[in-house]
Amino acid sequence: MDTGMKEGKKSTLKRVLDHISSYKWILAISILLAAVTVALTLYFPILCGRAIDCIIGPGEVDFTGWMVNEGLYVLAKKMVAVIFLTALAQWLMNVCNNQITYQVIRDVREEAFEKIQKLPLKYIDGHSYGDIVSRIIADVDQFADGLLMGFTQLFTGVITILGTLGFMLSINVGITLLVVVMTPLSLFVAKFIATRTHDMFLLQSKTRGEQTALIDEMIGNQKVVQAYGQEGRVLDRFDEINDRLEKCSLRAIFFSSLTNPCTRFVNNMVYAGVAILGACLAIGGGNQMGFIAFLGGAVTVGELSCLLSYANQYTKPFNEISGVITELQNALACASRIFELIEEEPQSPEPEHPVVVEQFDGSVTLEHVSFSYVPDQHLIEDFNLQVKKGERVAIVGPTGCGKTTLINLLMRFYDVNSGRIFVSGTDIMEMSRAGLRDGYGMVLQETWLKTGTIRENIAMAREDATEEEVIRAAKAAHAHSFIKRLPNGYDTVVSEDGDSLSQGQKQLLCIARVMLALPPMLILDEATSSIDTRTELKIQNAFASMMQGRTSFIVAHRLSTIKEADIILVMKDGNIIEQGDHKKLLAQGGFYANLYNSQFAK
Amino acid sequence: MRKLLVYLKDYKKESLLGPLFKLLEASFELFVPLVIARIVDTGISGEDYGFVWKMGGVLLLLAAIGLVCSVTAQYFAAKAATGFATSLRHSLFSHIQSLSYTEMDKLGTAAMITRMTSDINQVQSGVNLVLRLFLRSPFIVFGAMIMAFTIDVKAAFIFVVTIPLLSVVVFGIMLISIPLYKKVQAGLDRVLGRTRENLTGVRVIRAFNREDEELEAFTEENQGLTRMQMFVGRFSACMNPVTYIIVNAATVVLIRTGAVRVDSGILTQGQVIALVNYMSQILVELVKLANLIITVTKAFACADRIAGVLEMKSSLPQGEEEADARMREQDTEKKAGEKQADGGAYIRFKQVDFSYKDAGADALTDIDFAVEKGQTVGIIGGTGSGKTTLVHLLPRFYDVSAGEVLLDGKNVREYPLAALRSKIGIVMQKSVLFHGTVRENLRWGIVDGENEPQGTSPAEDKRMWEALEIAQAKEFVEKKEGGLDFEIEQGGKNLSGGQRQRMSIARAVVRRPEILILDDSASALDFATDAALRRAIRNASEDMTVFIVSQRAASIMYADKILVLDDGRIVGQGTHQELLKSCEVYQEIYYSQFEKEESHIRQE
Repeated sequence: MDTGMKEGKKSTLKRVLDHISSYKWILAISILLAAVTVALTLYFPILCGRAIDCIIGPGEVDFTGWMVNEGLYVLAKKMVAVIFLTALAQWLMNVCNNQITYQVIRDVREEAFEKIQKLPLKYIDGHSYGDIVSRIIADVDQFADGLLMGFTQLFTGVITILGTLGFMLSINVGITLLVVVMTPLSLFVAKFIATRTHDMFLLQSKTRGEQTALIDEMIGNQKVVQAYGQEGRVLDRFDEINDRLEKCSLRAIFFSSLTNPCTRFVNNMVYAGVAILGACLAIGGGNQMGFIAFLGGAVTVGELSCLLSYANQYTKPFNEISGVITELQNALACASRIFELIEEEPQSPEPEHPVVVEQFDGSVTLEHVSFSYVPDQHLIEDFNLQVKKGERVAIVGPTGCGKTTLINLLMRFYDVNSGRIFVSGTDIMEMSRAGLRDGYGMVLQETWLKTGTIRENIAMAREDATEEEVIRAAKAAHAHSFIKRLPNGYDTVVSEDGDSLSQGQKQLLCIARVMLALPPMLILDEATSSIDTRTELKIQNAFASMMQGRTSFIVAHRLSTIKEADIILVMKDGNIIEQGDHKKLLAQGGFYANLYNSQFAK
Repeated sequence: MRKLLVYLKDYKKESLLGPLFKLLEASFELFVPLVIARIVDTGISGEDYGFVWKMGGVLLLLAAIGLVCSVTAQYFAAKAATGFATSLRHSLFSHIQSLSYTEMDKLGTAAMITRMTSDINQVQSGVNLVLRLFLRSPFIVFGAMIMAFTIDVKAAFIFVVTIPLLSVVVFGIMLISIPLYKKVQAGLDRVLGRTRENLTGVRVIRAFNREDEELEAFTEENQGLTRMQMFVGRFSACMNPVTYIIVNAATVVLIRTGAVRVDSGILTQGQVIALVNYMSQILVELVKLANLIITVTKAFACADRIAGVLEMKSSLPQGEEEADARMREQDTEKKAGEKQADGGAYIRFKQVDFSYKDAGADALTDIDFAVEKGQTVGIIGGTGSGKTTLVHLLPRFYDVSAGEVLLDGKNVREYPLAALRSKIGIVMQKSVLFHGTVRENLRWGIVDGENEPQGTSPAEDKRMWEALEIAQAKEFVEKKEGGLDFEIEQGGKNLSGGQRQRMSIARAVVRRPEILILDDSASALDFATDAALRRAIRNASEDMTVFIVSQRAASIMYADKILVLDDGRIVGQGTHQELLKSCEVYQEIYYSQFEKEESHIRQE
């Protein structure tokens, strides 16, 4: 288990690196700039130290370089140059890192979105939208944060540590050793606290999750809560969780926030150590030859001040790195969730040379079709059906009987487990999905509009449709009159969850969409369920003329539709239990006859 | 943010002590450069090892005191922040619960959930950071300046110039980049919207073969977001380099000035080192502050959003009303009695107009009807004709714009809201169930106090089974494992649509309401079950007044009174037979669902 996870992590890391590799030149520049920035940043204290060494006492200040080869003036000029170069390099480095990060996440997002277009519906139906959206948005964002932080701080951090070591070594070995030995202490402290607080955080996020679930449920259904006057009871439940959350949050936050003071304490000890040792070495001069030589020789006051600032800079990245590593781990966890999505098995590949049906004749044949969503739960078994051109197939049955399953198969949203489906005499597996779906016009029970204008929504099936054609389709669907009354007519922007349109109006638009394309086969899933009966009447007339000469599959509750059908498929518990026309089924006296007769029961 | 500060009031002590200890820690930190200066000037120059060790001890002591202070500060800050968040969360939750449907419609569910969860979390960490660190940085910056003054006034003037300059630069960059970050957020929202839309509409998109176009649109939006991010990134990347330049340039000037003053014997070498150290302390703190400000700004934005919700007042004031109502109670009871004697109806809509807030046209116009106790009322009409709106006025989900709604002769506004709603059982169009057992879900219907909410009692069980039977749900609940203790998943995912509807009907029935409202709540039931349900409800209670909203003529044709709505107006009321003769709209609806001959057969 553990090794499996590690492997997963490794491959995630590899995938992240793969994505970054497209920007390897910027990355190289960024690393180079990081090195330059760090080197210059570290050079500055040296210059400072030298400058301080020029300032010894009254009358002993070296402005022009008579004592050493560089005087204060020269040093000052050098310092100014270093400052500006550092700032420039730092800025460029940040810009490079931004470039890499944002472009990488753009690529990842795009890839994920592209994947959504290719995922089998089984995946999409089986996962909550929220989950998939949060992968593409929140996880990618978190990943970006981690990546950016990783670039800016990990690089510079590591280079700073190495650079400081080098510079310190060049000044004094002994003090360097002191710093190197003592600094890891702060890492241990951080690590110690992190492991101890891990469980507290776990508890916090668990409690938080519990609370979010309650909030989601109760506020999501606030209207029901109020209708039943349950506000008090719900608030009690909320408060109970809220109090628990307060307690475990306090523990988690407090104990984890100990990291900072503790590591700072270690750093301060290092600082004090450097000060003491450095001062002793500075005093020592030549006196204690052996010992001081062993520690790397004497230091000047300037060098001491330089070492002190190094001691600060050397320990800082250690503290940051522990934070960065948590962040990176987090980012990798997020990345693995995204890549999980990206690497999800896509729908079965399209045939290499898909058969193109130029003209659908409207015949549909199902031969020995078997299908189930889950392997051990058989739904449709050995189902045969022959629909001739222009025939009307009604699918009826009680709620939840799996009427949409058939549609899923016809449109190839799902593939059959065995058996074959022919459209116009061609096996649909030999066609491309797009080719097959071109033949169908579909209106689903759940109306869906994309964000965009009404015109764009109607013209979904045919982008090249002219204004007249769009209006004609809208008129045919009885949508024209209400569209006209909207503030911007056909240019009114609507969205999926926009409240600007009633459910019925949305459905009219969905119908108009199909009216525009007029494909040879129609699939109507309770298409008129939320349209008022008066409008429906008109639509049914329009449908009737639209269905003329077209094969249609209708999931319907309404008796009139059912009775007029050429073939009625009666479904129950996912199975097709009866098949035939109205008269025949009534004569059979089976489930359908029962259903039909019950309609007039008082 | 200021408005939310009241939630800190129970944590006054903590929110004062937290920053105080932080300042204490910072002050000790400010002594460090002075100690170093002493080491250089006294220890090294005087070649005094003992002094060096002593000063080293002082450094360690300062570090230890710093540790204690900052741990204390962390504790108080964490305590104040979590306490703050907890009471804010409580208030917000209970506030949201008190909002009326009008505000809920305006806010939207998703927004309310975000306020409750991620926004409050952001504010909590914001408060924590502010208490711990926000005061520290300015304190160190100014403290360093003051310490510089104690060393040398002339050199300290360099600090006086540098610090305002830095502030201007840091806050300038902030001020410009914060709105830009908001734009980035908006871009992200667009990408999110597109993704979500794609998932919900996946069948339609694939049916119309629009995958490529959708990808194209997404790519464009995604690219837009990236461009924006990179632009903002380039800008905010200036922050660190610019502060670096200012601080280090000041350091150079400081050394230069220091050198002159050392030369003339005013300053010592150690003091120059101390000054330089103060300057670099400022740099370190500013970098911290800059990072902090981003988090804090985010927290502020979240706090504003939360405050926005908290400021929203329920458009159904009930506190005062309740008091009023109590005062008027006796009065109206008398009146009600009189009215009843006058043959006053049980429920009366008097010339009611209603329009949704911010909507142009009226949703209901001139609605006027009366209902006797125990009657069954059918409401039929097209989509958007105002059926649901009409029944929502009775439990006061919304208040009428004109006219009045009377229950038992008394305006519904005069009832305490809870009392009014406890009389009514409503089943909404969308059947909502909650995570929990069947029993827990049904208990929603049982009015508080009437029954112990915890534990089970045979009487309660019996009542529940009765309700389930009426709702035609008994059969399937019995079949479920555990019966009443069957665990329903969130949103009732493990039940079918029809089962969910029947469960929510049972929940309304179990409270034995005076008025039962079924808002198109049998749509997922087949005709036979629908009919059985109506029969059972009618038999259950003689006194219960039932409203059935439906699109199906079959569901309402046997009602005592049918209201036919069209475009927010009543275009016909009466019995089935009356309406079939007189009401054109009703005829149209009826005959579209029942072919003429069949209805003849039925009528014979």
